[in-house]
Amino acid sequence: MPPYERLLIPMPPVTQLVRSPDRGGPVQPLLSVRNLVKHFPVRDGFLARTKRAVHAVDDVSFDVAKGETLGIVGESGCGKSTTARLIARLMLPDSGGLLFDGDGVDEFGGMSLQEYRRNLQMVFQDSFASLNPRMTMEDTISFGPREHGVGRQQARTRARALLDRVGLRPAQFAQRYPHELSGGQRQRVNIARALALEPRLLILDEAVAALDKSVQAQVLNLLQELKTEQGLTYIFISHDLHVVQYLCDRVMVMYLGQVVEVGPVAQIYSAARHPYTRALLSAVPSMDPARRTSKPPLSGDPPNPINPPSGCRFRDRCPHAEAVCASAAPLLHGQGNAAHLAACHMTMAGSGHSAAPALEIHV
Amino acid sequence: MKSPLLSVRDLTVRFMGERMVQALSGVNLELAPGETLGLLGESGSGKSVTLRTLLRLNPPKRTQVQGQLLVDGQDVLALQGDALARYRGGVVSMVFQEPGLAFDPVFTIGRQMTEMIRAHERVDQATARSRALQMLERVQIPQARKRMDAYPHELSGGMRQRAMIALALCCRPKLLLADEPTTALDATVQIQILLLLRELQRELGMAVIFVTHDIGAAVEISDRLAIMYAGRIVEQGAVADVISRPLHPYTQGLMASTVVTGMRGKPLAAIPGAPPDLTQLPTGCAFAPRCQGASDQCRQQVPAMGEARGHPVACWHPLV
Repeated sequence: MPPYERLLIPMPPVTQLVRSPDRGGPVQPLLSVRNLVKHFPVRDGFLARTKRAVHAVDDVSFDVAKGETLGIVGESGCGKSTTARLIARLMLPDSGGLLFDGDGVDEFGGMSLQEYRRNLQMVFQDSFASLNPRMTMEDTISFGPREHGVGRQQARTRARALLDRVGLRPAQFAQRYPHELSGGQRQRVNIARALALEPRLLILDEAVAALDKSVQAQVLNLLQELKTEQGLTYIFISHDLHVVQYLCDRVMVMYLGQVVEVGPVAQIYSAARHPYTRALLSAVPSMDPARRTSKPPLSGDPPNPINPPSGCRFRDRCPHAEAVCASAAPLLHGQGNAAHLAACHMTMAGSGHSAAPALEIHV
Repeated sequence: MKSPLLSVRDLTVRFMGERMVQALSGVNLELAPGETLGLLGESGSGKSVTLRTLLRLNPPKRTQVQGQLLVDGQDVLALQGDALARYRGGVVSMVFQEPGLAFDPVFTIGRQMTEMIRAHERVDQATARSRALQMLERVQIPQARKRMDAYPHELSGGMRQRAMIALALCCRPKLLLADEPTTALDATVQIQILLLLRELQRELGMAVIFVTHDIGAAVEISDRLAIMYAGRIVEQGAVADVISRPLHPYTQGLMASTVVTGMRGKPLAAIPGAPPDLTQLPTGCAFAPRCQGASDQCRQQVPAMGEARGHPVACWHPLV
């Protein structure tokens, strides 16, 4: 049905939004991301012909289990924000699909986009830019539910309850505009707005990065309380590896549009398999003046995602690169541990890299 | 102690306008030649204003400055005209947070560097160019000769910040002011720039004031730390002392709310509330409304810089 016809059918009045029930059970991933690809064409040359493309996200697949917090880390340009936007359907992928609790998103026989968006909400880095400057906090929070058919009065009551829950007294803050709030308070409103639709999944794209440390700690505490209270699932995108270690259950490391390593937080931080993950972890400044960093783990800047190198994309910054790294792209593999995957020839048996373990042949 | 390179006495800066903003309230600071000071604080604490005042970059009409500012024996607040131009870049130089905005986009890197050298010293174009090239090589820019003729937008973020540092160091300043130079960079590049600054500081023997809100970055580079809150320095001392034994409740709160390894699963000990509005500072200690141990004295009188356990702290009830 085309969208304009859909508008002609009156929506049944809803008194309250209820969180969608769990359907597939605890083992079914809440979100399955399948082979997402997004290339941005770069127009240049004579008559603006498209010649090259930014490989923002290249064949990214992963699952998010119910109730977990998945951290996505990587340098700028690695595609972590694009991945978030593709998941939230703020932009369409070139190819690939999403399964939400077993249902295909925006496909025949699956879940409608409207229903999907109610189940998935996003909090952005810039707390000011993501709020409408001409709407009061109460209107901002009740806007979503009203679009989904909740009556004005109910939506308003709920907005006030949410403001109270995120630590802003409704009597004081409900009628304020974004410029009358501090950065931390605005980010609380953004979180309240995201929760107003009773979502099951929240994408936090650098949601605490712009906050001062003392305020950041308050928001991190709030996020954790809300998660346990409401049984939420988080995708937490950050460049701050300390915060990711603190908050996340699993970590996914991205490099130039691809996943290079994914695994439980403890294993990633103590026994990273991919050389890039190890470099990223050792680039974190030491908090101990007696043990300062003496050598930078990587030289140079992250390469340009236009025309990435062949084979392994990390090879021209990798100290262990060999001929095989240029000729074949390594696949994510587990070394017998299906929870901790890395894409590196060095850990893949029989890959042809001199450091790779020998291939066991079972006859 | 050697005679200080920089001496700041009771520096107070106010911005006049519709409302008066009290950006700095009586800052005292000394820096020895060749020393690296980390200036740590949250947004609005006055770190950047301190640096900008040192270079006299604040809009003169709307800024009211009180106090004394001596750099290398010169009274900075009295400098005028040519003397001020010679001072900026010659004696004290600055690296900004956003190198993309600090460079002029319509001139090549090399041209901007040679212009800077020739503005300060009487040398010909060729000499200035070779000096600029040397400097670019010094900051480890690969293919420096080629990069001389590149425009700022043709360089990556890390390269631009290296070029910015080269530009700042062209005329061998005695004091380098670094205003969050690594905040906009990726972690892997940030550590490269920090180590480069540390190395250059040692080789050239210059003093550095490194402004940041990232404790980790400050620890990596500084000899001494000064913690700022609401326009005042509340605590200062050697890095190891301040980090391991913070005396001011704000410093301690900052450490406790900074996430580090091994805090997983525990709620963070966040400081309640938000930093004060600089147009309406509280009468007593500016931190008192957020402080657990605040007494009536704290709410009425601003604590003077005293000393406890060997390092200066401005608190009525330091955490000894």
